[in-house]
Amino acid sequence: MKKTPFLGLGLLAVVLAVLPFVLPNSFYLDLAVRMAINAIIVIGLNLLIGFAGQISLGHAGFLGIGAYASAVLPTHVGWHPLLALLAGAAASALLAALLARPIFKLKGHYLAMATLGLGIIINIALRNEAQWTGGPDGMVVPAMELFGYEIGSDRQWYWVVAVLLVIAVWASLNLIDSPFGRALRALHGSEVASQVVGVDVARYKGAIFVMSAFSASVMGSISAHYIGFISPAYADFFHSIELVTMVVIGGMASVYGSVVGAVLLTALPQALATFEGWETVAFGAILMLCMIFLPRGLVPTLAARFGKGE
Amino acid sequence: MLAQFLQFLFSGVTVGATYALAALGFTLIYNASNVINFAQGEFIMLGGMLAVFFAQMGLPLPVVLLLAVLVPAVVGVLVEKLAIEPVKGAETVTLIIITIGASLVIRGIVQVWLGKNTFSLPAFSGDAPIEILGATLLPQSLWVLGITALVVAGLWYFFNRTLQGKAMLATSFNRTAAELVGINTSWVLFLSFAMSAALGALGGILITPITLTSYDVGIMLGLKGFVAAVVGGLGNGLGAVVGGLLVGILEAMGAGYISSAYKDAIPFVLILLILFFMPRGLFGGKSTDRV
Repeated sequence: MKKTPFLGLGLLAVVLAVLPFVLPNSFYLDLAVRMAINAIIVIGLNLLIGFAGQISLGHAGFLGIGAYASAVLPTHVGWHPLLALLAGAAASALLAALLARPIFKLKGHYLAMATLGLGIIINIALRNEAQWTGGPDGMVVPAMELFGYEIGSDRQWYWVVAVLLVIAVWASLNLIDSPFGRALRALHGSEVASQVVGVDVARYKGAIFVMSAFSASVMGSISAHYIGFISPAYADFFHSIELVTMVVIGGMASVYGSVVGAVLLTALPQALATFEGWETVAFGAILMLCMIFLPRGLVPTLAARFGKGE
Repeated sequence: MLAQFLQFLFSGVTVGATYALAALGFTLIYNASNVINFAQGEFIMLGGMLAVFFAQMGLPLPVVLLLAVLVPAVVGVLVEKLAIEPVKGAETVTLIIITIGASLVIRGIVQVWLGKNTFSLPAFSGDAPIEILGATLLPQSLWVLGITALVVAGLWYFFNRTLQGKAMLATSFNRTAAELVGINTSWVLFLSFAMSAALGALGGILITPITLTSYDVGIMLGLKGFVAAVVGGLGNGLGAVVGGLLVGILEAMGAGYISSAYKDAIPFVLILLILFFMPRGLFGGKSTDRV
């Protein structure tokens, strides 16, 4: 039972190692990089939504903080990109830590409202502070450099995010199996019951919120450096919803589900590009159909089916 | 000073009435099904866009109004039948994604059908502004406020004096108990989606001569309607109306006195502050958990 998750990790590592050599062209390599970036963000978000049961409809706000820290601080203040990335992540984590107590007193739709509001406020600030952020038009992001080497090509970025993805999967599998992870799942099941057995509910919710905000911010920075350009749309409400959809379509409380959800939903707009003008309709219809027929998400549904078959 | 204040107040109350109608829509559906309908904003957009479309066809105003309210109501019922009923009792986040999917479909179809342009609708009774203590009030604002007041009074009568309305209230208090006394709760669900879409659309039509419309206005209007519904405490009809007006007025005051660039952020700052101190909104009462 305990072996299976890590078998998947090995498989993932092999696939990631082989992938760049079998992909036909740079279009697919670019897609693979973006899939991996989204997968890491979604793994963090799934810890919050799927395992701890706390919804966040404003997570793209944290991506935005990271991305704009990496764009603004090196451009306007002359900071080293790595320092800017860390500063963004620290700011995101701090914001999450400050807001955790008041926000996680809320439940259900009130929590959805609060997180949604937080994301929108961040987005509007990014849009309006044009002297720093370039406003709605966005801004160019300087290249990332590590120890004097510039990370520029798609292939270099691929290896960076592939390694990060393996680390993220490994770390969250471990986390779920730790006392911390069990406490999270317990409070998802019943807050009162977990409080009774001594789980500090507020602290655990706060900790996982801070962790997912930190991870989102780092990936926001990396994504900004990779694309080389950033606009406020990256931090808008719709992007937050896309991330939540990746969590749910892949499967709540499933680490591999997060990866599957991110891969599918990153590829979907590319596949829909042929619909010319009808992309939005098709995207919306697919979201609805997935939720109606697979309300538990792909990976848990498939796992349950195969489990029965054996 | 006073003139300026009145000016902001007028524009705030006018927009606030639209938020109030949208918030009532959220409230109706929430009470009937515990669903937050993120497609609510699209009904507002649909109302305005259809009114423009029918008006350009040369139809008389009352017919335009009727059609632009009825069509969204049918769309609302379709959303309920096709997407909400099949997943009864699903998790909150699943329902949120379904209604957002529905909103994308509606917005996408309107975008393909009517294009990405901004449209205007002639005011119902001219544009000659009325002067009050140095501030000006558009005649259309009076239409918005008058019709909203009528609708609110009508809803009050419906919920307190008619059997249908009482059946809907009963369902919102306890679904199982309502079913046990013979209330057809799936009819209640049907009715609440129709009414909620119609309310949203009506708000959208009324405000269009003042604010213009396009295929994507529904996102912000819908989210602000949601803010208004939460300000008053989800599920509370009076709260939704008060919340809508409050959000509209504070937004207009904030835009006028503080920063017009941050106008759209004001409702969300407001809701965060309210929720931090009153986790169930202004009229939500104390929260108690059943263990």
